[in-house]
Amino acid sequence: MAKKVEKKENLSQGVDIRGTKGEGWLYSDIVKDHFFNPRNFMRYGEEDEFKHNAMGRVGSPACGDEMVLWLQVDPKEERIKDCRWRTFGCGSAIASTSMLSEMIVENGGMKLDDALKVKPQDILNRLGGLPDRKVHCSVLGDKALQAAINDYFRQTGQHTRIVTAGSKIIDKELNITDHDIEEAVLEGAQSIEDLQKKLKIGVIHKETIPAIEDLLRFYQEKYYG
Amino acid sequence: MMPKIKKIKEVYLDHAATTYTDKEVVKAMLPYFTENYGNPSSLYHKGREANGALNDARRTIAKLINALPENIIFTGGGSESDNLAVYGIAYAHGGKGKHIITTAIEHHAVLHPLEDLQKQGFEVTYLKVDEEGFVKVEDVVKAIRPDTILVSVMYANNEVGTIEPIAEIGREILKYRQENKTIYPYFHTDACQAAGAVALDVEKLHVDLMTVNGSKIYGPKGTGILYLRRGVRPKPQILGGGQERRLRAGTENVPGIIGFTKAFELAQQNCEQESARLQGLTTYLWKELQAKIPKIKLNGPEIGEKRLPNNLNVTFIDVEGEAMLLYLDEYGVMCSTGSACTSESLDPSHVLLAMGLPYEFSHGSLRFTFGHCNTKDDVDYMMSFLPEVIKQLREISPVNIGVVKHAKYKA
Repeated sequence: MAKKVEKKENLSQGVDIRGTKGEGWLYSDIVKDHFFNPRNFMRYGEEDEFKHNAMGRVGSPACGDEMVLWLQVDPKEERIKDCRWRTFGCGSAIASTSMLSEMIVENGGMKLDDALKVKPQDILNRLGGLPDRKVHCSVLGDKALQAAINDYFRQTGQHTRIVTAGSKIIDKELNITDHDIEEAVLEGAQSIEDLQKKLKIGVIHKETIPAIEDLLRFYQEKYYG
Repeated sequence: MMPKIKKIKEVYLDHAATTYTDKEVVKAMLPYFTENYGNPSSLYHKGREANGALNDARRTIAKLINALPENIIFTGGGSESDNLAVYGIAYAHGGKGKHIITTAIEHHAVLHPLEDLQKQGFEVTYLKVDEEGFVKVEDVVKAIRPDTILVSVMYANNEVGTIEPIAEIGREILKYRQENKTIYPYFHTDACQAAGAVALDVEKLHVDLMTVNGSKIYGPKGTGILYLRRGVRPKPQILGGGQERRLRAGTENVPGIIGFTKAFELAQQNCEQESARLQGLTTYLWKELQAKIPKIKLNGPEIGEKRLPNNLNVTFIDVEGEAMLLYLDEYGVMCSTGSACTSESLDPSHVLLAMGLPYEFSHGSLRFTFGHCNTKDDVDYMMSFLPEVIKQLREISPVNIGVVKHAKYKA
């Protein structure tokens, strides 16, 4: 059920995750609730019992966030009947994943086509917002969902349906697209190191570095040249 | 899913961030707010009174660090002292050389001015540290060049508690200067974290500049000193009324200075006894953690004389720091983390990274720093729920470092 969302004030101001009045964390009660009482996560020992037919994994602990999402997709209706997840990350990352897991299974389960349209902003709205500096923590959620759905398409031989979000994937393992690089450049990334920071990736694979450097130069010239 | 406990207790385990102000310190300060409020530069009796108190304070501090009263500059805290030392020496002596040596694990109050100086044509050597955070004396010596004007090495690290070999470095620098008949390089140490734990005799340490601040030693915030050996004159960073031998302008913060002095006095007086007590707590917590929580790693040196007695920095493998911090906060326990998620830069601690800790280990670190107010009960209280919290956060985590991944994780 969609809850009425109470927005916390000042979310877009400053870089702090605490309230300006010192009253507590600048996390909404919903975020806190999902953080302290996470829903649908994969419990110990449940790995073998949970019947899934798709899985997505994004991020890495070196970047500070990693997320794995398992889906149980009903092939007839193409609805997500159930899901499990595990997340390594801060409070926002855990709460975002928990919220996403509720969103995709509620009301009989989300249709895959709709699930592909889930944006970080949708998760944010349901969470009652996140402090600006924490918004990036919710980005992994929809990426993991897309990766899992693509996995489903792959498993079921529907290769033409695999979605790469209208952009070119540069690094398959980390799911970095040219669009990600464009955004990073817009946020001020000037070097590979900056990119790693912005995209929260630890190690870029050597083979992909030339392609990334080309795009970096291209977008820098496009916007700042 | 949070473990239930009977009663929430407030436990402050972040004394390296800041300490409360000691009641005795506050008491010493109070008259200087409302009664003896004179400006020390004024000639009439209220001014003279304030000036007298200021001089007394300077004498007391000088004695504690084996210096002369005129060697002490009062500042607005540790960051200001560090800035005055680094910028001040660089700008005053940049004509003689533009090379500065420091370590990769310094406080940002040293690192950021140095980064800025690099943009202005200075060259900075950042010495590496070993996996326990120690800088090697011979590395410092090797890095010295004819154009080196300043060496800045912290006395004790704020994150992992490593106590650096300052006296040895000081001696070697002295030797270099004598052999080469030069007054350079000057040697600065940031002793903010060390002040409550070890003696600060500037003659034994052979330092030319030393930073100490009040807010880490149960003194008031916004207070500190910079010790300057005779003849060492940094370029002042705050200009105005010519106070503090024209090195730091601004009407002296007399209540703050009195408070700082009292705090410093108390810290140095009780240092040995309190350090032993704090080390007992640190040891106890580490033993408890080892006994009750698997997959943890001590960051920094072993508990002993080369580590700050009140510091314990531990990585809880597979779990992220901010998540742990939020849980602990919910139970009333306050500590800090080297995780990126609580830093502005979104990078994990530069200290842990410099020590060669992998990113994923840095993200999962917690720093506990004990203080006067802590007892064994505080450790027991935290340990009544921490193992369960870690266990649950590990259950949510897909990461299992060092263990073969479950088949279900394979992509």
